[in-house]
Amino acid sequence: MTQPAPSTSPGTPTSPETPSSRDIILARIRAALSDVPRTPGPPDTSGIPRDYLQAHVPDDDPTALTDLLAAHLTDYRAHVHRTTTGRLPQVLAELLATRRTRTTVIPPELPREWLARTTGITHTTDHPHLTATQLDGIDTVITGCALAIAETGTLVLDAGPDQGRRILTLVPDHHVCVVRAPQQIVASVPRALPHLDPTRPLTWISGPSATSDIELSRVEGVHGPRTLDVILVSA
Amino acid sequence: MSRTDLGMPTFPQAARVSTKDAGLRANLTHATHTIRAKRAAAVAELPDWPRLRAAGAAVKDHTLRHLDHYLLQLEQAVTQAGGTVHWATTAEEANRITADIIKATGETEVVKVKSMATQETGLNEALAHHGITAYETDLAELIVQLGDDKPSHILVPAIHKNRTEIRDIFTRTMAAWGRPAPDDLHDTPAELAEAARLHLREKFLRAKVAVSGANFMIAETGTLVVVESEGNGRMCLTLPDTLISIVGIEKTIPTFRDLDILLQTLPRSSTAERMNPYTTMWTGTTPHDGPRNFHLVLLDNGRTDTLADTTGRQALRCIRCSACLNVCPVYERAGGHAYGSAYPGPIGAILTPQLRGTSTPLDASLPYASTLCGACYDVCPVAIDIPEILVHLRERVADQKDGHRAERTAMKAATWLLDHPAALSATERAASATRRLHPNRLPVPGPGKAWSDARDLPDVAAESFRAGWKKARGARTGTGTGTGTGTNEPKHDKDKDTPR
Ligand code: SF4
Repeated sequence: MTQPAPSTSPGTPTSPETPSSRDIILARIRAALSDVPRTPGPPDTSGIPRDYLQAHVPDDDPTALTDLLAAHLTDYRAHVHRTTTGRLPQVLAELLATRRTRTTVIPPELPREWLARTTGITHTTDHPHLTATQLDGIDTVITGCALAIAETGTLVLDAGPDQGRRILTLVPDHHVCVVRAPQQIVASVPRALPHLDPTRPLTWISGPSATSDIELSRVEGVHGPRTLDVILVSA
Repeated sequence: MSRTDLGMPTFPQAARVSTKDAGLRANLTHATHTIRAKRAAAVAELPDWPRLRAAGAAVKDHTLRHLDHYLLQLEQAVTQAGGTVHWATTAEEANRITADIIKATGETEVVKVKSMATQETGLNEALAHHGITAYETDLAELIVQLGDDKPSHILVPAIHKNRTEIRDIFTRTMAAWGRPAPDDLHDTPAELAEAARLHLREKFLRAKVAVSGANFMIAETGTLVVVESEGNGRMCLTLPDTLISIVGIEKTIPTFRDLDILLQTLPRSSTAERMNPYTTMWTGTTPHDGPRNFHLVLLDNGRTDTLADTTGRQALRCIRCSACLNVCPVYERAGGHAYGSAYPGPIGAILTPQLRGTSTPLDASLPYASTLCGACYDVCPVAIDIPEILVHLRERVADQKDGHRAERTAMKAATWLLDHPAALSATERAASATRRLHPNRLPVPGPGKAWSDARDLPDVAAESFRAGWKKARGARTGTGTGTGTGTNEPKHDKDKDTPR
């Protein structure tokens, strides 16, 4: 087992005589587990049962998965639109007009052809120095996604080039997310994880921001975008 | 550990007061019954729920049995990813570490995303002593903070407040904390949420430091996971320059893959959703995306003591979904404040006395804050045998040298009743028959009264204690806790399966 150098907590003495809090906690854990048989080497995880289902819906029917994603997103009050690659610029332009968007922010590598039909809208390409306050003045963010999960109605963003920094999909009040259907749709959470890299910043979005804190009445948009438009694009 | 609870009344005393509050009880009953029904529907969508539950319990148990290994792995991964790891043996130490980090930034204000761990350590009060103001940003936590109140539910901390009360709190206090509430604020949830949005956005946009907890920490990669609904979590986790996460050591899981279990069971158990609106995962720091400085404070504060108890340690599996609160007849009537700690309801009744010990009258009374009906065990997504731990802790309290004689006899009465189903039925019949004469108490004679003080009569009649117990025992199959016989036979219960 590799033991990294003990970190020094501010105010925690770490002289050789005084055990650090780290040493104390580790020693307490080992003492607490004296009834547990120990074997050298990494723990054996083979005893964890993994006989739960990998998906709760058939995986091999792309149309059904797309329909299910649409239904579950709609359940949580996202607005779902379906179109083809060829018609996407037109659909996007109409959508932005409906939402009265005047300004957008877009990730650096969002396909420019998506925006070809928008007129009278200022598009700002994200850059590291664009601040939260500046983003607060922008109407709409447009992104792609890493993948979408049908069973749970979830969009997963992993800060890829067509998605950008996490802050983009948080501060503007309106998020348009483009999903390539069915290529980017997986059935379930167990099916999603193998496609994702946990060391990238991940944002999972299932419907717009919502609260049920007041008498359990659901209200959209406390802090994140209040309107979530999802465009499912087929070839 | 904060000892500010020394002056708290014991659970039965606090519950006796709160059960008389008709408004509170109406709010609570509405809320718990609503969530309960929705949760059952969400869980029913997954036919493999028992297997997910067993897998979740096994992952958490496995991690706990190798916690030293996984914490070291986690520390290394977080450090490699640009984070700084601190270890805190006590609440005071965690608070001091946090205050020192904040002071080093020169800031005097921090934004906070709802965190059970910081509530447990009393962080906000500790920071106030250092001249640092902590702003709660979860809508319910904001209501609690502005109302100078305490949370009463894990998931819906302001569950005890109705919309009119919330409107009054906002109108009265928002101005003193920042942007005032709009004039003529109405009490519709939408208007109240909008007022909170405007009030808090101002704070998010200027915050330089944030404090969070975490739902999971992945040892293999050093990734932290926060699940939430409102986006205040995302605001705190991505906007400020410095992020400090204070997390109990038991929140560790071995690998990213293990999330596929817990991300299926947590949202459905907690908010009855297929998935919560937002989940954020981050690993150390990422250039130009999120905070530039990340500090992880690993909190013990009684967890290693809990780990040493071979019966009680399973409480550390808890993923704080709050399902057990919503089904608990005692919680429904007593409310969360009666438990006197960050953790109310059945999980509070077993976790708090383990984390803090049972030396105060309040903590010694918590294992009695239950009817042992077993509903909490049935809903728990990681199959914690809460009734078993309750009885175990009652024994511990009864064995204490000084005092607690009442509890000791109460424990004996409870055990005797468990072992004598016929006698219990008779007691219940008697209770039903005399219900109109004794509206507030279950007339178990003598010492049993201490144990039954917090129970309400109608519930006893609605589902008999023994039927609930039987059902709970009968349901215990395939969960890996090793206590179940899967039988419905009371005789077997008596012979083999009565927790000791
Ligand atoms: S004890 Fe179980 S049901 Fe209760 S909050 Fe914890 S995980 Fe949820």
